[in-house]
Amino acid sequence: MRAPDTNEILLQVEAVALSFGGVRALKDVSFNIRKGEIRAIIGPNGAGKTSMLNVVNGFYHPDHGTITFKGRTRDKMQPFEAARGGIARTFQNVALFKGMSALDNIMAGRTLKVRRGLLWQVLRYGPALREELEHRHRVEEIIDFLEIEAIRKVPVGRLPYGLQKRVELGRALAMEPELLLLDEPMAGMNLEEKEDMSRFIVDVNNQYGTTIALIEHDMAVVMDLSESVAVLDHGVKIADGTPDEVKNSQAVIEAYLGVAH
Amino acid sequence: MIALGQFLEVLIGGLMSGVLYSLVALGFVLIFKASGVFNFAQGAMVLLAGLALVRALDLLVANGFPLWAAIVLGIAFAAAIMATTAWLIERFVIGPLVNQDGLTLFMSTIGVTFVIEGAAEMIFGSDVYPLRLFPTDAWFVLEDVFPGGILVNKLDVWGALIAGILVAGLAIFFQRTKTGRALRAVADDHLAAHSVGIPIGWIWFVVWLAAGLVALVAATVWGTKLGVQFSITFLALKALPVLIIGGLTSIPGAIAGGLIVGAGEKIAEVYLGPSIGGGIEYWFAYVLALAVLLVRPQGLFGERIIERV
Repeated sequence: MRAPDTNEILLQVEAVALSFGGVRALKDVSFNIRKGEIRAIIGPNGAGKTSMLNVVNGFYHPDHGTITFKGRTRDKMQPFEAARGGIARTFQNVALFKGMSALDNIMAGRTLKVRRGLLWQVLRYGPALREELEHRHRVEEIIDFLEIEAIRKVPVGRLPYGLQKRVELGRALAMEPELLLLDEPMAGMNLEEKEDMSRFIVDVNNQYGTTIALIEHDMAVVMDLSESVAVLDHGVKIADGTPDEVKNSQAVIEAYLGVAH
Repeated sequence: MIALGQFLEVLIGGLMSGVLYSLVALGFVLIFKASGVFNFAQGAMVLLAGLALVRALDLLVANGFPLWAAIVLGIAFAAAIMATTAWLIERFVIGPLVNQDGLTLFMSTIGVTFVIEGAAEMIFGSDVYPLRLFPTDAWFVLEDVFPGGILVNKLDVWGALIAGILVAGLAIFFQRTKTGRALRAVADDHLAAHSVGIPIGWIWFVVWLAAGLVALVAATVWGTKLGVQFSITFLALKALPVLIIGGLTSIPGAIAGGLIVGAGEKIAEVYLGPSIGGGIEYWFAYVLALAVLLVRPQGLFGERIIERV
């Protein structure tokens, strides 16, 4: 198991509460993500895991509480501002641009990195051309890394689910994020695909030093990959620690297996 | 030779009026491509742009401005009105409906149609206002080949020219720029577009502004032809078969669809009219559209929709 590079805290969530109408999805949840670690968020269905990710990248605005990213505490933040700040994510049900090729999807991840103005891009001349080529180069690296060379021109709507998930990861990587949020990256995959995906996640963390927070249901995967695990149940954090600590926590066992009243 | 001359004249006249349909259809395609919304309000936007332009022109000329200055200022004023409209629509209608179903967004644009029509007539008046931006007289060409020559309307030539420039500009914008790519991304998936850092609100404003400016261009040509009046909104209906034939997602398709409808209905009127009765012009486009739907539901130039089940 790798130790995080430092103990520096990249993201701090403090007493976040979120409700939809009368349903309280998150109740005073606090946790942090250290720079360079792989952090898992687990919990039974409906525990509030995805809501937590949505709060972090600005899809939801919490009713109370604060989020501090890279030392800056923010109020209401829009998703594109989160992206600008260096937070990328994937989705539980795969949100790709279905009509576009795998290559174009990953290129879309470079949107924020394009610097040259509209006019230059239209003319495709000089610096704009150089820049476009640079982006293409970065994208090709990601395509190599994820081993999806063969499908780069295929409209993603035609790809099998496992590959779509991989393209989605590629698009997130193209943003060169500091914090990568993965919402059930292995849902619906077979064993071999899961192993591939695990390898990619570890490699991203090692090679690029990207901090990763992932939601996952497969306990074997979680115990293998992550350095620390936060457990949510009914919108409350019931445990937080190393995989071993969490595995042996009475509260977690009760949440997963149910408890006799 | 007379028969051929007459055919050419009908064909050219038809193609040229087809260009005018294309101008309206373009506005639909723009918004559909960029947000997946079928914008029912496009016809109303043409009316609004036309009214703003013609009323500003009249006022400026009446106050002693030279014509060229009045035209420049009038177009700037109408463009500002369209920008305000785009902002209002994004802010109060489409923006709050992010992530909603296409049908919900479509319904909201029907509401927008009535609001724009009402507001435009309340502010700018509801008469027929003549607009004279382009020459409306005719040329007779090829007089030595055909007796009497072929009649070509100068306004139609202007319209074709403007449409050509618009299409080239829009195609480059969509294919080559980061904003163009962002527009296509937003059309495909709102959530995903958000997550890669595309500011959807801004993108939608840009799209509605572009559609508003296309409406303004359409209004200058249509307004010169018919006068600026309420019935311009019904042109939107003629754009529907054009869209079905050309494909909802294709800018060249909007042009080709317009040309096919324009030429087809004129030729049918002149050559089939005498045998099956007149008025073919009014329904021919819809029959054509139905036929296309049977053979190629995505339109002649539209993208095939790929769906995994």
